[in-house]
Amino acid sequence: MDREVNSLRLVACIQKKRREDASFILDVSLDAPPGITILFGPSGAGKSTLLDCLSGLLRPDAGKIAVCEKVLFDSALGIDVPPQKRRIAYVFQSLALFPHLTVEQNIAYGLRDIPDQDRRRRMEEILEAFGVENLRKRKPAQISGGERQRTALARSLVTEPRLLLLDEPLTGLDAERKAAIVEDLRAWNASKRIPILYVTHNREEVDALGERVIAIDKGRVVGHGAPMEVLDAPRRKRLAQAAGFENLLDATVVDLREQDGVMRLRLGESACEIEVPLAHASAGDRVQVAIRAGDILLASEGPRGLSARNVIEGRMASLEQRGTLCIARVDCGVTFVVHLTPGAVRSLKLAAEKPVWLVLKTHSCYLVD
Amino acid sequence: MNSLALSFELAACVAGLLLLIGTPVAYWLAYSHWRGKFLLESIVALPLVLPPTVVGFYALLAMGPRGPLGKMWMALFGHGLAFTFGGLVVASVVYSFPFGVQPLIASFEAVDRKLLEASAVLGSGKWQTFLRVILPLSLPGVVTAVVLSFAHTLGEFGVVLMVGGDLAGATRTASIDIYDRVETLEYGEANRLALLLLAIAFGVLCLVYAVNRRVWTPAWTRWTAK
Repeated sequence: MDREVNSLRLVACIQKKRREDASFILDVSLDAPPGITILFGPSGAGKSTLLDCLSGLLRPDAGKIAVCEKVLFDSALGIDVPPQKRRIAYVFQSLALFPHLTVEQNIAYGLRDIPDQDRRRRMEEILEAFGVENLRKRKPAQISGGERQRTALARSLVTEPRLLLLDEPLTGLDAERKAAIVEDLRAWNASKRIPILYVTHNREEVDALGERVIAIDKGRVVGHGAPMEVLDAPRRKRLAQAAGFENLLDATVVDLREQDGVMRLRLGESACEIEVPLAHASAGDRVQVAIRAGDILLASEGPRGLSARNVIEGRMASLEQRGTLCIARVDCGVTFVVHLTPGAVRSLKLAAEKPVWLVLKTHSCYLVD
Repeated sequence: MNSLALSFELAACVAGLLLLIGTPVAYWLAYSHWRGKFLLESIVALPLVLPPTVVGFYALLAMGPRGPLGKMWMALFGHGLAFTFGGLVVASVVYSFPFGVQPLIASFEAVDRKLLEASAVLGSGKWQTFLRVILPLSLPGVVTAVVLSFAHTLGEFGVVLMVGGDLAGATRTASIDIYDRVETLEYGEANRLALLLLAIAFGVLCLVYAVNRRVWTPAWTRWTAK
């Protein structure tokens, strides 16, 4: 790892109890290099509490926060730099644009102590980079949602922070506008290499931004790495739900086949058995298995000659269409949710009550705890 | 000196002083997390429920030659405080305190906390945040506080009578002048003054309600409600 990257990282370890909920404890360690790191987790996981602690708006009960090798908080040494001195930019979900100031005045807000000439140069740069030059004299109430989001980003970035915290700043935008803003943000980040922590619980945003993901749940880090690794092999039920696993089924371990690297599970109280990747478990254990609705194949006749190990016979319980997505519920003793395209439904002449077969690859089945 | 001019002078002094004293008090009451805050809130609201004679009586005791305020004043200025214009100002500030402070508290509390946090992370300390965000967004509250404390002082009677006595040119305000004239059966003159006070009071209240109903609204305030 080169020196530049090393000296610009965020390194933090934070413990914080929530005042209103004594049973919740945020207890995380994280290390983010320059570039976008996504903080992913269900609502209530502690993502915003974490950002509030990093920015200095909340005081951690214990821990240490350092950005660019500068210590901003250290409970052991009694260091607690106030938020206005941290040079950490923070864009809230609500954006918090000052309603009484114009777009230009909002963006200039954090540049009070900067010499005139320098301020003018930075303002022009950022107004252009985020495409809000034409809105200078407007008030936040007179511009669109996407323009407000751009203004809020520009206002934070123009201060040249050491770290950028984004708390779901693009909520409510359509995919196209979201992508355009993300593109501007990336372009800006390419020239100003700082760590960006991006909070979201939207799987699509993760895929669009994704370099690194830190997954948190109930105040703990439950996974980190590339988005594919962290979110496609969820280890926790709540995370699995948030990451879009439609099928979360209770199961009992029947037997382990170590030489094949698999084990058999009986689903719920049914007679239905499936093969899943071997995990640390023993026969008789109760486990949960997560399967994406889009990973299940559906056949209208009993299929043969497949590599997939799990073929389950069932009955179509219901079929509904939502836009271009067909959602089938198949009763095999337990109910599976399967996603299909309208074309597949037509060509297989699928309808409620018809017998169907489900095909599951062993490695599409994930154990969660 | 004309009693009405004296009333105006008193009201202006009180409104100005109250803005100076009331702003930090209101700031503290709006943003402090101290659990005993209710104590100060109750003290601030006390003049609303006490008879003016009670406020006036204790003010008089405090300002008398043996009272703490009276002694201090004597040491500083070489004359007593009771039955002077200065005494009237001090007692009126106490009596109008809730009118000068409560609108400020309400408007400070109405400012979105996220804006204050945004200001902090953008590098502004508490004082800067107050000047650049809280105060401009609280302008209707500031106007209300000034106007109400002005109007309330203008209409004061009991406290002024207790503390000021009735000295022409020094402590005889319009409301006391009206009382004197009725006593001496000068109904015409009493009516003239009373009508004037009525018109002023009505005008002032119209101003307060209009400001708070945002009749002359800047564009942003109309939109932020959405």
